[in-house]
Amino acid sequence: MKTLAHVRITPTDTSVNGATVSSASLAGLYREFAGDYPKFFKMDSLCKLGFMAAELCLKNLSADEKENTAVILFNRNGSLVTDRNYQKTIESDNYFPSPALFVYTLANIVTGEIAIRHKIYGETSFYVLDSRDETLMDEIVSDTLLTSSPRYILTGFVEYENEQNYIADIKLVTK
Amino acid sequence: MGGIVITKIADNIISPLGTSTDENFRAICNGNSMLRGHSGAFGLPEDFCGSLFNRNELESRINTEIANSETFTFFEKLCIFSAKKAIEDCRLSACEADVLFILSTTKGNVEYLAESATDERCFLAGSAKKIAEYFKNTNPPLVVSNACISGVCAQIAAVRALLSGRYRHAIVIGCDVLSKFIVSGFQSFKALSPEPCKPYDKERIGLNLGEAAGTIILSATADNEKAQWQYIAGAIHNDANHISGPSRTGEGAFRVILDILKEISTDEIAFINTHGTSTAYNDEMESIALHRAQLDDVPVTGLKGNYGHTLGAAGIIETILSMKAVDNKLVLPTKGFENSGTSYPVNVSAETRTTDKTAFIKILSGFGGSNAGIAYRKGGLQ
Repeated sequence: MKTLAHVRITPTDTSVNGATVSSASLAGLYREFAGDYPKFFKMDSLCKLGFMAAELCLKNLSADEKENTAVILFNRNGSLVTDRNYQKTIESDNYFPSPALFVYTLANIVTGEIAIRHKIYGETSFYVLDSRDETLMDEIVSDTLLTSSPRYILTGFVEYENEQNYIADIKLVTK
Repeated sequence: MGGIVITKIADNIISPLGTSTDENFRAICNGNSMLRGHSGAFGLPEDFCGSLFNRNELESRINTEIANSETFTFFEKLCIFSAKKAIEDCRLSACEADVLFILSTTKGNVEYLAESATDERCFLAGSAKKIAEYFKNTNPPLVVSNACISGVCAQIAAVRALLSGRYRHAIVIGCDVLSKFIVSGFQSFKALSPEPCKPYDKERIGLNLGEAAGTIILSATADNEKAQWQYIAGAIHNDANHISGPSRTGEGAFRVILDILKEISTDEIAFINTHGTSTAYNDEMESIALHRAQLDDVPVTGLKGNYGHTLGAAGIIETILSMKAVDNKLVLPTKGFENSGTSYPVNVSAETRTTDKTAFIKILSGFGGSNAGIAYRKGGLQ
């Protein structure tokens, strides 16, 4: 398995292939590196994080190459931050559930947001693990490369807890 | 990796219709459903129609069958109960290092968020770990959380782990239980039908939610006498279109079916068990995808009229019942269907039909633009 690009985003440092490119927040990264996709502001934080990592990681792939790329992401808390926010909207004394929030109570929505942005029709999968286990993640990704058709896989760990604590560690790999 | 054949060696379904695959299969053949109107359930201000467990009765029963039951939530008990029945059926030693546990769920224990925003039980992998540990299995379990398509994705994940040679058996459990959290969300989408759903019907107005747990045990071991079903193909594709609405062209589902048809001929297919949620858009999208794949004549069956949409369990229990149908040379009835209501009529029937064919395709679609499918063929490892 060969790594073609590697992006790491934390609240204080964003790097591409090991070199720091920004120290901005997610909204700041959007303005620096995307800027043309207002839907970004409707996304929950997990999706914003995954979206920006994908922006930086897929820069050198052509539309044709993206079409059958797979997106396989992992984390530990699933969509728990948005789950908590949604829970607040269904307490008995304060009941106003919103579909715009509920849809983000699924961790795999981040893979869908990336697919829509990049016109990726390949596999999108989300796995929730008990810990950030690099060996296990690599096994799942290399098994996918061996047993199905994608030439490229965008993969990695993407977890959002709060503004001070989030990480996307994403790479583009090929056989 | 070449030459490894994946077979199903055991299964189980726990649903409001029964606690074994056979009980469930008989209930479907008899046209039964536990879809009922529920008023005030889970403290919801709005009524809904769904298929719910009699939680107290089932939980008391499970408590007598599993050890240390007080340490598990209802969701975890269901998973353990279902897996235990399947494991006992094929006499698998689930603690071995070559056995992998995979859990398919959308929301696991999310109901506990109502008690505390930091409740540790809401971590999906924590549940999976407890379930694997119950069976003294120490491999890190996988949780596949791909919304409504999780049950098929979990089987595909199992196949990959078995083909890699790292594991010889995979215990794939699918489960979701309903809660205020889940039902209110679907209500906010205006996706629910107040009556039992009518898949592919011109009067369909939405889906019903349901609770269930199911287990499929897949094996790469060549000599299991229980190996009656072979995995043929599986695929996952995104629509790249919308996070909460299906593609108008059925793009992802179409690509899933095309991938599967590379491995199996249309002539072999007894039926396609579809998602068939009974929402206007899902059923229409599937009809377009089936038409584009030139499968208009292949029988279609849907089980949502019996169970509702059981979320993370759907892909598991609907696969198991499809196997049972072919075992009995049947195409199962699609409960609730009367008059065709899709742009491209699908070959669906409210009546039981017969078949001599020995393979089927199971497809699912869901939030996030995701689509998945899997095909199995009857036959062991002669």
